[in-house]
Amino acid sequence: MSFAEHLREVPIEALLERASRATPADVDQALDRTAPDLWDFASLLSPAATTRLEDLARRSHEITMRRFGKVVQLYAPLYVSNECVETCTYCSFSRANPIRRRTLTVDEVVEEARLLTDRGFRHLLLVSGEHPRNVAPEYLSAVIGALRESVPSLSVEVQPQTEAVYRDWVGAGADGLVVYQETYDRAAYAAVHLAGKKKDYDYRLETPDRGGRAGMRRLGIGALLGLADWRYESVHLAAHARYLMRRYWKAMVSVSFPRLRAAAFAIGPRTAVADRDLVQMVCAFRMLLPDAGIVLSTREHPAFRDGMLGLGITQMSAGSRTEPGGYSARGAAEEQFRISDDRSPEEVARSVRERGYDPVWKDWEVALHG
Amino acid sequence: MSDQLSIGGRAFSSRLFLGTGKFTSPEVMRAAIEESRTEMVTVALRRVDLESRDPNLVEFIDRGRVQLLPNTSGAANAVEAVRLARLARAAGLSEWIKLEVTPDPKWLLPDPVETLAAAEILVGEGFLVLPYIGADPVLARRLQDVGVATVMPLGSPIGSNRGLQTRDAIRIIIEQAEVPVVVDAGLGAPSHAAEAMELGADAVLVNTAIAVARDPVAMARGFRLAVEAGRAAFLAGSAPPREGAEASSPLTGFLRELA
Repeated sequence: MSFAEHLREVPIEALLERASRATPADVDQALDRTAPDLWDFASLLSPAATTRLEDLARRSHEITMRRFGKVVQLYAPLYVSNECVETCTYCSFSRANPIRRRTLTVDEVVEEARLLTDRGFRHLLLVSGEHPRNVAPEYLSAVIGALRESVPSLSVEVQPQTEAVYRDWVGAGADGLVVYQETYDRAAYAAVHLAGKKKDYDYRLETPDRGGRAGMRRLGIGALLGLADWRYESVHLAAHARYLMRRYWKAMVSVSFPRLRAAAFAIGPRTAVADRDLVQMVCAFRMLLPDAGIVLSTREHPAFRDGMLGLGITQMSAGSRTEPGGYSARGAAEEQFRISDDRSPEEVARSVRERGYDPVWKDWEVALHG
Repeated sequence: MSDQLSIGGRAFSSRLFLGTGKFTSPEVMRAAIEESRTEMVTVALRRVDLESRDPNLVEFIDRGRVQLLPNTSGAANAVEAVRLARLARAAGLSEWIKLEVTPDPKWLLPDPVETLAAAEILVGEGFLVLPYIGADPVLARRLQDVGVATVMPLGSPIGSNRGLQTRDAIRIIIEQAEVPVVVDAGLGAPSHAAEAMELGADAVLVNTAIAVARDPVAMARGFRLAVEAGRAAFLAGSAPPREGAEASSPLTGFLRELA
C-alpha cells in the first residue's frame, strides 16, 4: 500500500472538523495523553488550543529534551542548479522566469562542498530545480559519488525520481531524500503548478514511498506554508509522517514547515501563517511524533529561530545560499528565495551555544554509506 | 575493601558508565564525567569528527583516567557495525567497542540477529566487544559463547527514563552470566540505578538522565552515590522482600518449650 492509498482510509474530514472545532476539554485531554493520536493532534492544532500555547510548548520542550537532548544539528543546502522545466507560481526558478540559469559541473559542486566542510558542515542537502536533461539522474549520481568520501551525510532534494534511481543514489552514497508535497490541498496544488510533470500530485505524493523502498535512511517531507490552510496541511503532513515511520521503519523521518518567502517573479503567500501558528504546529507535531526530526531553515528570522530552540526543532540550516555556486561567488545566478537569517554558520552556532544548546555539526559517518 | 569490576583485564573502581550524547556543551559533559567519577565513557563514532579544526568530543575526555568506549550507534546491520568498529581502531580510538545495532530509529531497540553476527566477527578480529541487547537471557548466553566482554541489556528503551521495566529478565541474565552484566538504557533516576545494582548488576550505563537534567553535574553525583549504595546493598546481602508481615516471635516457639 502506498501513502495515496493509505490516505483514503484516514478520516481527514472528521480530523479537520476536530482541528477547527475542538473544545477546551478536548485540548485538556490531548495535553494529558502520554501517547497522543491523530485526534489529539487535531485538538492541539485547534483555535481552542491557542490559549494553551505555553502548555504545548512545555510538553514539546520536555519531550524533545528527553528524546534528542540539548542539541541541534546544523546542515547547509547546496544548490547544484536553478534550471527548471516546471511552472510553479511561487518559485523563482519557474520555467518562464527570465533569470540567470546555471548548473554546476561536478567539480564546481565539489568546490562548493569543500567551502561548506571548511566551515564545519558535515550534513549537506543537495538542492536543484527540476530539469530532466541538465540535472539528470546520472549527473546527480556522479555528484553524490564525488562527495561520498568527504561528506558524512548527504541528502537530496531534487526532482522526484523512480525507485531504481533512488537505489542507485543510495549505492552512490546518498542517505537522505527530501521531497515536499508543497501543498496537500489538491485544488491549491493545481492552482500553483500550472504545467509540467509536477502537475501530477499523486506521483509527487508517493515519492517518499519510492525513496523508502530504495533504502534511503532519512526521509524528509514538508508543506510549503502559505499555499493552503495550515491546519489542513498539518493534518495531512502528520498522517504522512506517521505512515512513513510505520512502513519504512528503518528510516528516520523528518518534517519541515517552510513558510513561503518573497522571491523574484513569484507570487507571495496565498494564506497567512503567523509566528504563533507555526509554534503551535511544531509543538503539536512534537507531541504526536516524539521521534521525528523537525527542521527549521533560514527562511525564518534569527529571533524566531533562536526562540524555537528546544521547542521541538532538531535540525537547522545556517549560512545558506539558495543560488547554485553561491558559496564560491555570491549572486552568480538567481537565488530561489530570499533567506531571512543571514548570519554566518559560526554566528548561528554561537547563538545556539549561548542559549544552552550544543550545535552538532556531525552526526553521521561515511562508513555508514551504502 | 576492594570491590573492583574487571573487564578485558582492566580493573574499574567505578561501576557507573556514562554516555556522552545530549549534553548542552562538551564542557558540561566533561564536568559531569568528572563528578560521576566514572572510568568508562561511551562516545558515538558518528559524532566524532577527526577532521574538524575544533576540538572533537573525544578530546574532552581524560583518556588517562577513563576508558574510551566508542559505540556503533547508527549501524542498522552487522556489516555497518563492523565497518564502524574497524574505523575506530584505524583512527586509534580504541579496540573496545560498544556494539549497537539498532535498525529502528524510533525505539532504538537492538537487532538480536545482527548483533550476534557482528559480535562474532568483531571478537574474531580481536576487538573487546560490549554488546547492547534487549533483555533476552538466551541471547546473552549466545553472546557469551561467542566471547563478548560483557552483556549490556536494556532496562527500558533508550532515553525513556522508565527504569527497570525488564527486571525479571535481567535477574535471569545476571543469575546465569559468566561475564559482567551492565544495565544500559532507560535508567531515568538514581533510584533506578540503585535498583539495578541491588539486583546484582555489575555496572550501569547512564546518559539521558544526566545529560538533560537541570543540573547535569549534580545529577552525575546523584547517580554515583546511588550506584555505590546499590552495590553496597547487594554485597551486604539484602533480605528478599516477602508477602505480608512475618511474626518476630516464632509461631513454633512452643515446640522448644515442649522439648
